[in-house]
Amino acid sequence: MSEITNDQVSHLANLARIALTPEEIDKLTGELGVIIDSIAKVSEVATADVPATSHPIRLVNVFRPDVPGPTLTAKQALAGAPEHDGSRFKVSAILGEEQ
Amino acid sequence: MAKAELMDFDKALELFEPVLGFEVHVELNTRTKMFSDAPNFFGGEPNTNITPVDLGLPGSLPVVNEQAIRYSISLGLALGCEIAPSSRFARKNYFYPDLAKNYQISQYDEPIAHDGNVEVELPNGKVFQVSIERAHMEEDAGKLTHVGGATGRIQGAEYSLVDYNRAGVPLVEIVTNMISGAEHDAPELAKAYVSTIRDIVVSLGISDAKMERGNLRCDANISLSPRGSGKLGTRTETKNVNSLRSVERAIRYEIQRQAAILAKGGTITQETRHWHEDTGVTSAGRPKSDADDYRYFPEPDLLPVEPSEALIAELRAALPEAPAIRRRRLKEAWAFTDLEFQDVQNSGLVTEIELTVAAGAAPAQARKWWTGEIARLANLASVDASSLVSPLHVSELVAMIDNGELTDRLARQVLEGVIAGEGSPAEVTKSRGLVVVSDDGALIAAIDEALAAQPDVLEKIRDGKVQAAGAVIGAVMKAMKGTADAARVRELVLERAQQ
Repeated sequence: MSEITNDQVSHLANLARIALTPEEIDKLTGELGVIIDSIAKVSEVATADVPATSHPIRLVNVFRPDVPGPTLTAKQALAGAPEHDGSRFKVSAILGEEQ
Repeated sequence: MAKAELMDFDKALELFEPVLGFEVHVELNTRTKMFSDAPNFFGGEPNTNITPVDLGLPGSLPVVNEQAIRYSISLGLALGCEIAPSSRFARKNYFYPDLAKNYQISQYDEPIAHDGNVEVELPNGKVFQVSIERAHMEEDAGKLTHVGGATGRIQGAEYSLVDYNRAGVPLVEIVTNMISGAEHDAPELAKAYVSTIRDIVVSLGISDAKMERGNLRCDANISLSPRGSGKLGTRTETKNVNSLRSVERAIRYEIQRQAAILAKGGTITQETRHWHEDTGVTSAGRPKSDADDYRYFPEPDLLPVEPSEALIAELRAALPEAPAIRRRRLKEAWAFTDLEFQDVQNSGLVTEIELTVAAGAAPAQARKWWTGEIARLANLASVDASSLVSPLHVSELVAMIDNGELTDRLARQVLEGVIAGEGSPAEVTKSRGLVVVSDDGALIAAIDEALAAQPDVLEKIRDGKVQAAGAVIGAVMKAMKGTADAARVRELVLERAQQ
């Protein structure tokens, strides 16, 4: 069994700005634990001689032409924002630095 | 660190060997973004050049811009890199609102180009081979404005405002291997390297490459190794270096700062540092470890890029000449003396002069204006000369001088107007009412007055000592406040003196 804790899930939810109830945190802690255990199981058989698979279907070079298309208006863009100043998203003070 | 606490540069070099490394980000000038069809245009109304992809909205999916791939391959080839037969995008995960997705799409272990080499020539003629580790594709981030707090900087801000217009703009990040052996030339090499990268992307036509606009950004890594120790020092990474002269100054400052700390038995903190153009110092930013965990993994929304050999061959065949070869060619074509050409190189304005000449100006005139008046004004304003005025406008200015519409003196006033954003040289000349006086009547009156005031000169001219006319021409030009054409004044002075 993995060692995902309620505290970790709560911290992650806070970073991602997702509001979770204590019941949801309990449920997700269990579900994320199962996912991590499953990946651990896959890791057992994924040895160095097996190339990584990021897609089930072998496709390459899917591109689009460099032609502009329609854009959102600022109003549309901000429609789902918890806070904004009319043209820009407003986010809480950030500690730390640009990446 | 206060300037007085810095170690003398020569002393620092006596004790330590500087080791450099650069990460240069180049914004590509494609029409649309890297992964969305939003216009690649930063500026204008905030949050208008965006699509659901740029906001990472649920259900949206990125698709790679083909032109950005071609540009990236061309750049890789121009840097002497090998192009990977197969490369992949990766997610660089971090929680910071400059991107809405909480990850940046970048490339990690499979960059599109790797193992290159760039020849960098210093103003003193020394040539360095800078080895390129990799060039990889990624997307630019949005722009944050920090509000509140005393400084407007991140620390102490009450909240931040985010504009995602720049989010998703295609970038190529060029990473060098460690560069040692530059010694006293380290600051100059830093400047010359970034200048060379700028020349390369400009010649390829793949970026606007304006440092002051952030099209070309340099993070400079530097560490000091105590002489004879054979050990690498701890490095710092200086960001926010937004002009060629800042690159040079920032490296010089970091060498002097780190040397002062090390000489006192202190240790260098591995961190990002921010360059402050106004005060000429760097300040501590975020501590940075090699183990920064971005949890990279292959981007599941995008497919591998596998350029065909035919495409690579096509792009290779279309490459412009390498800057080093171009330099040799231009030196010959422009017929400058060694000293003149070196002057041009030192100014970092080779490209501007080339474009000005291409637009019709004589090489000597183009050089005179760029390395003279424009460089002087740029120096006064502490900006790069290339950001002040376009080569097209300089060429127009030179043409107006050539056909007698402007004198040198009037041209300087016109230049000021062009720099102030008043329009093209012709527009400024018109709006400021600057015209060369070609009305002989006004000139003759001024000449007669000057001749009358200097009867001895008049005598000499009449005796055939034509060079004496200089004093009268000077007086007339002064009286006309520079609006007269000196050649016409000379003709008229000689004519009037005989009457």
